[in-house]
Parts: sequence; C-alpha cells; structure tokens
Amino acid sequence: MAMSGIAFWPVAASSYAAQIDWLFVALVVVTGAISVPAITALVWFAVKYREGNPADRRQPPQRKVWLEIGWTTVPFVLTLAVFVWAAALYRDHADLPAEGLEISVVAKQWMFKFQHPGGQRELDELHVPAGQNVKLLMTSQDVIHSLFLPALRIKQDVLPGRVTALWFKADRPGVYHLHCAEYCGTNHSLMGTRFVVMRPEEYQAWLTHAGEDTALAAEGGRLFREVGCSGCHENRNSPVRAPNLCGVFGSSVALADGRVVVADEAYIRDSILLPGRDIVAGFKNDMPNFTGKLTEAQVQALVAYVKSLALAGDEVGRVQLPPNGLAAGSVCRGAVR
Amino acid sequence: MNTYLQAGYGLRSWLLTTDHKRIALLYLVSITFFFFIGGGAATLIRLNLVVPDSGLISADSYNRAFTIHSVVMVWFFLIPSIPAVFGNFLLPLMIGARDLAFPRLNLLSWYLFMAGGTVALWGLIIGGVDTGWTFYTPFSTTYSNSHVVTVLTGVVIAGFSSILTGLNLVVTTHTLRAPGMVWMRLPLFVWAIYATALILILATPILAVTLILVAADRIGGLGLFDPRFGGDPLLFQHLFWFYSHPAVYIMVLPAMGVINELVTCFSRRRIFGYRFVAAATLGIASIGFLVWGHHMFVAGMSVYASFVFSILTFVVAVPSGVKVYNWTATLYKGRVQFKAPMLFGLGFIGLFVMGGVTGLFLASLAFDVHVTDTYFVVAHFHFIMVGGTVSAYMGALHFWWPKMTGRMYPERWGQASAVLIFAGFLLTFLPQYLLGWLGMPRRYWHYPPEFQVWNVLSSAGASVLALGYLLPLAYLLWSAFFGPPAPDNPWGAKGLEWTIPSPPPKENFVEIPHVDEPAYNYGEEDSHG
Repeated sequence: MAMSGIAFWPVAASSYAAQIDWLFVALVVVTGAISVPAITALVWFAVKYREGNPADRRQPPQRKVWLEIGWTTVPFVLTLAVFVWAAALYRDHADLPAEGLEISVVAKQWMFKFQHPGGQRELDELHVPAGQNVKLLMTSQDVIHSLFLPALRIKQDVLPGRVTALWFKADRPGVYHLHCAEYCGTNHSLMGTRFVVMRPEEYQAWLTHAGEDTALAAEGGRLFREVGCSGCHENRNSPVRAPNLCGVFGSSVALADGRVVVADEAYIRDSILLPGRDIVAGFKNDMPNFTGKLTEAQVQALVAYVKSLALAGDEVGRVQLPPNGLAAGSVCRGAVR
Repeated sequence: MNTYLQAGYGLRSWLLTTDHKRIALLYLVSITFFFFIGGGAATLIRLNLVVPDSGLISADSYNRAFTIHSVVMVWFFLIPSIPAVFGNFLLPLMIGARDLAFPRLNLLSWYLFMAGGTVALWGLIIGGVDTGWTFYTPFSTTYSNSHVVTVLTGVVIAGFSSILTGLNLVVTTHTLRAPGMVWMRLPLFVWAIYATALILILATPILAVTLILVAADRIGGLGLFDPRFGGDPLLFQHLFWFYSHPAVYIMVLPAMGVINELVTCFSRRRIFGYRFVAAATLGIASIGFLVWGHHMFVAGMSVYASFVFSILTFVVAVPSGVKVYNWTATLYKGRVQFKAPMLFGLGFIGLFVMGGVTGLFLASLAFDVHVTDTYFVVAHFHFIMVGGTVSAYMGALHFWWPKMTGRMYPERWGQASAVLIFAGFLLTFLPQYLLGWLGMPRRYWHYPPEFQVWNVLSSAGASVLALGYLLPLAYLLWSAFFGPPAPDNPWGAKGLEWTIPSPPPKENFVEIPHVDEPAYNYGEEDSHG
C-alpha cells in the first residue's frame, strides 16, 4: 500500500511473490513471441495488399501443410514450458510446511476474524511476523469468501463446512492490502483492510498489546454484568427489549431515523454515554444514560468487550472449527469471560 | 416478386411468422433492446467507479447493477446474438434452403426467449438480484435476500429457446443442404454455427438442471449445496462451469465464423487452410467441454485436478491460434478493402488475440492464483466477449445489413463507428488488466485510492465505447427507412446468399441452386497485378 501516483507493478512482500513476477515476465515474452509476429504480419499484409496498391499477387498459396503443422505445434510447445513452470510453483505452494505460526481465520459477512496461537484476536486486519512461515487455517460461517493478499500474490477461497489453508513467508515488513476476492454480498468490497508484516520483535510487542486488549475485554465482560448491561442486552426474558450485541461491532446498524451507521468504537462509546442519540431501528429509547456513572477506563473496557463479542461470532455449531478453536463459549459464543 | 419484407405488413404477419428471415429480425430487435439495458447497467457501474468511494449508488444497487449487466448481456444478448440473428437469417440462405427444418419450432424459440427475458428482467429490475450471473452457492441458495428464483426461472426458460434453436440449426445443416453443397463446400460460417448448435444442445440442459437445483435448494431447503446438510457448494461451481465454459464458445465460435466470411470477401481470397479452420472449429467445440475447472483453481479443488484443467486449457488455445494464423495468411497476396465490416473484422482479430493470450496467463496455475477474481479476469473475458464477439456481431450486422434490409448505410459512418468502438474498447479494458495485476478484486463497489487513475481511464473509455455503439443505432435506423436501395451483391462477395435479391424473396430461392464450386471461390484470374 502507501503507493502514490500511478501504479504499474504491485509491491512484492515475499520471495514467492518475486517468483510469480518472473513467471509473469515469462508469460509476456512467450505470448508475445506467438502473437506479435501474427499481428505484425496481419497489419503488414493488410497495408501491402490493400486494394489499389501495386504488389506481386501471383500464385498465392491456398494451403501449406507444413506451415499449418508448424503454427499448430510450435506455439503449443512454447506455452507448454510455461504450463510446467506455473504448475510446479502452484504444487510447491500447495503443501503446508510442517513448521510455522498457525493462525485461525473465520470469515463471515462481512469480516475476517483472525486468532493468533496465543489467543489474541483481531478483526479484518492481520498482523504477522516477517521471515517466518505463517499458516492460515480458514473456514467460513456463511457464504464463500476468499482471502486475497496481493503483495504475496496468493489467495484462497474460504468455504463453509470446510477448512482450507493458505501459507506464506513474508520477507518485507510493511502495510499491504487484505481483500475478500470472492463475491459475498452487500459489503464484499469493504471486507478486509490491512495486512501488516512486522519485524519479529515488533510482532511480539504487538502480541503482548493485543493480549492486553483481551484482558481489557475480560474486565469489560465483568463490568457488563456488574453495572447491569447484561440484564437487557443478554437476557431474552427481560421486559425491556434491547439489541443483542453479538456481532454488532463492525456491522452496519440501521437507526430509527433511517440513517445507517457502522458500529465502530465511537458508536459503541456514544451508545453507552449518549444512548438517546442513535436509536436502533425497532427499539425504544429505554437505555439509562451512563455519563458520570462510569470511569473512562470502565467505558474503554466495555467497548473492548462489545468489540470482542463481534470477534467471537454469534453462531456456533454451523461451522467446523479450525484446530485451535476460535469460537467457543455460551450465549454470545466465545465471549471473553 | 415480393420480398420477404413485403409478405405482410400487419403486426400479425410478424408475430405469427415462421419465416426464418423475419424471426431473425425479431431477434435482432429484441437483443438490441437487451443490449442497451445491459449497457445502461454498465454505465452505472463505470460511473460509480470513477471515484474510489463515490457512493454514487449504494453497495446493494451496485451489486444489482452488475447482476443486471451480466445476466442480460450473457443470456439475453451474447448467447443469442450471432446464432439466433445471423444463424437464423443466413443458414438456409448459405446452404440453399427455403427455411430452417422446423419453422414453427423456430418461432416458439423466439417466444420462449421473450418469455424468459421478460421474467428475468422483471426479477432483475423490478425485484433486484445481487448474486451476479454466477449464482454461487450458498450465497444464492441461502443468504441472498433478493429475487433469485425469478431470475433463475427466466434464464431456464430462455435456455429452452437455446436448446430448440440449436436443434433446428443442426437438423437444418444435416438435411437441407442444396444439391452439391457437400460438407467441404460449406461456408465456414455454417461450420461455426453447426458446432455452436451442438454445444447449445449438449450444454444448455446442464445449466437448466443446475439452476433448477439452486431454486429447489432455495425454496425447498434441500441443502444440496449447503454443507450444514451434507451438501457441497463446490458441486454447484462444477455444474455451473460445465455449462458456462462451453457457453463462452457459444459466443465465440459464431464470431469466428463471421470473421471467415469477412476476411475472405474483403481480401478477395479463398480462406487459407479451409480444412484446418473447419477442424479447429470442431476441436474448440469438443475440448471446450473439458476445461471448466480452470475457473476454480483457488476454489478448493485438488492439485491434481488443477493440473488437468490447466493443461487442457493450454490445449484448447491451440485451435484458436490456428484460426488467427490462417486469417493472417488469407490476407497474403489478397486485395484488401477496408470497408466497415472488414474494419470490425480486423478489430476482432486484434482484440481476440489479446483476449486469447491473456487466457493463457489465466491458465497458468500459479499466476492464476494471483489474478483470478480480479479485474484481470474481467478484462480477459471482455476482450473475448466484447472485443471479440460484439465486434464480430457488428461486422456481421454491417456486412449482411444490405441483404437483410435491402438498404445501404453510410459507409463513412460505419467506418467511424468501427474505429471508435476499437479505440473505446482498448481504453476501457486495457487499464483493467493492469488493475487486476495490481490486485483490485472484481465486483468491488469501493476500492483503494491508488487504483483511481486506471479506473478513471477505464470509465473514460467506456463513454467512447458507448458513443461507438449509439452511432450505429442511429445510422442503421435511418438506413432501414431512408437508406439508398442495396444491390444484390454490394460487396462482390461469394456465397449463395449473394446470388439472390436484396432483400430476399419470401421463399429465398425460386429454384434450389446446384452447387459445384468450393466456398470463397474468389477468382484467381484477377489476382495478377
């Protein structure tokens, strides 16, 4: 990313990507070799033999078998070399390496959820260490998605009911794109944002910080019950109807006044401190105002908790889970307790 | 003698006609309507993409727009384009017959097509559908909250029109050839239509079955493609592409057939290597059935299967290459005239070659992983279907227009439109190759800002292209009513259709001709110079 001006060549963040770029060059050369002469001859003949232009037109051939056989076989043999190269690269990359960092991925409309081996979770962004094999074990909770990392020249569809895998070794620290490449509905183009390759020590620091977020969310979960949020937001038998918060974070919320907003940190925060401002469509303004009743740290913890509810996912049992189990728990499954 | 256009003037005389020439015109009018509907949707798409997050239309509207564009263009323009308009009009004329084998079935095909088109348009425009033309499961079966079943119904109905048209064309080619019109004397357009008709008959039922299964899954919850109930979403993709890849050849083979006619006529030469070109046509039609899996290299298919589909894709490229080389060789020592149809024809060859070689990029496994589902694929298939098929369709329209209507169009305008379409096309779709290579996924309503320059260029090209398509609409409409009368053979072309009046009489041939010469028998006596 971070490119400005006019781009002609995508950034390459791995040695595998560099090999694909060489394959691209070879394809340009080989297909050029089989097509440029034909197009050149076409233009040349069209100009030279245009009507009214004097030229030798005696005894034009109707067929020449050796010519037909030549232009049937030679291009094919040339392109066959590319086939072999491309197939070999594809095969080599299809096998997962034995060693490597295993990250679980759950895709759903319209987000990717990642969980690192230490339990750290993140949404839409993926942080990985450079110089190390990383294995993504992926499944989908709903439709087919596809995890696309252009800087690494790789993508793999993510299917419901199945675990597909993708691996890579990124060499070049930087911030790159992460996209969903398989059309998956309304916000297909908004799924995924950044792919961050970090130096190993930075990655460790990031993991620690992300671990703290997890602890913060756990603190928020305790508060969620203590200050009474759970009474309405989690209890289906409550006399007061309140929106279920599972999976809310990061999603689009339709409001009573017709606006649609994305539930980001600011939205969650406002909903706690200024509940009357953005009423969710179909609900009444029943929520008590928590301004002055919570410390700043407590609000942050609650926001972290609501965020973690999205990461945890809202339905379990529909998907086969990756080995280290991203979603597990009760009501809003996998909520940090 | 009355021409077929004078055989009746009332609405009834058109809506109940069984004359293949009139039915061809019914198709011409219908698919022109669908073309501009699909084009309108494309306009919305390109406008929205001028700015990375323009929000000109909402994400849902965008998804509906590309679904309208793709469903309408594939099934209601490209598939019927050359086979249903020119196949219908020309096949009997080219083989020396008075009509297709089953004239009433032919009319039924048009009614099925219109019924399917009406139902599909209803679903697409009044209802709105957001699945794309590919209907991937389980999105289409379970998650899409739109009028999927309506559109599926429309496409299935139109599918029966395809099957019946295919049947009619095959039987006609086998049974109604004039005396002396042996297979090796057939114009190559007939070979192309024949091969296409075989694909229509063999592949379209698979599409019908597949779409019916999707509808059954959606309405009845059968779970055929849903892993929660032991179904498999990839099963759908195999079935879908088993039709939809051959469908690409339904679009391209007839286009190649047209090019044979244009290149020979406007270089005054016999086709170079007739037998090789005819064999290549059948080769593409048969191998084309074996490459569907190349749409699924990142879908979660086995590595071994990917190898097989990759190599077969390299193989299917061979006969296409053979044709290009033969067309080039045909120009050698010819007498080339740059009339409007020929300009469209030459444009076809250039764009088809670019579309073809980028197909080899996509067939190369490791490279495909990077560019599949990106704009590279979008550019590739537009080169084949628009740069290729639509150019050939326009070439055919300009070539046989005098025969069909009995009127000439202004030549200069025709040439201008050919050049405009070629230039507009390149400007629209060359940047899209680059976008895909840079990593912009397809079907994106919103995209990263660094891709904007190429998107702006592409949208600018699209407006040139739109002008290029509106121009013929204007001057051909003018020509149909006010154009100067066309001679029987305005291009000095060979072929039985040029031996009869323009427009042809209702029964085509007063006396069935006897054929005793090869196709494209352009005299060699005047080729000394």
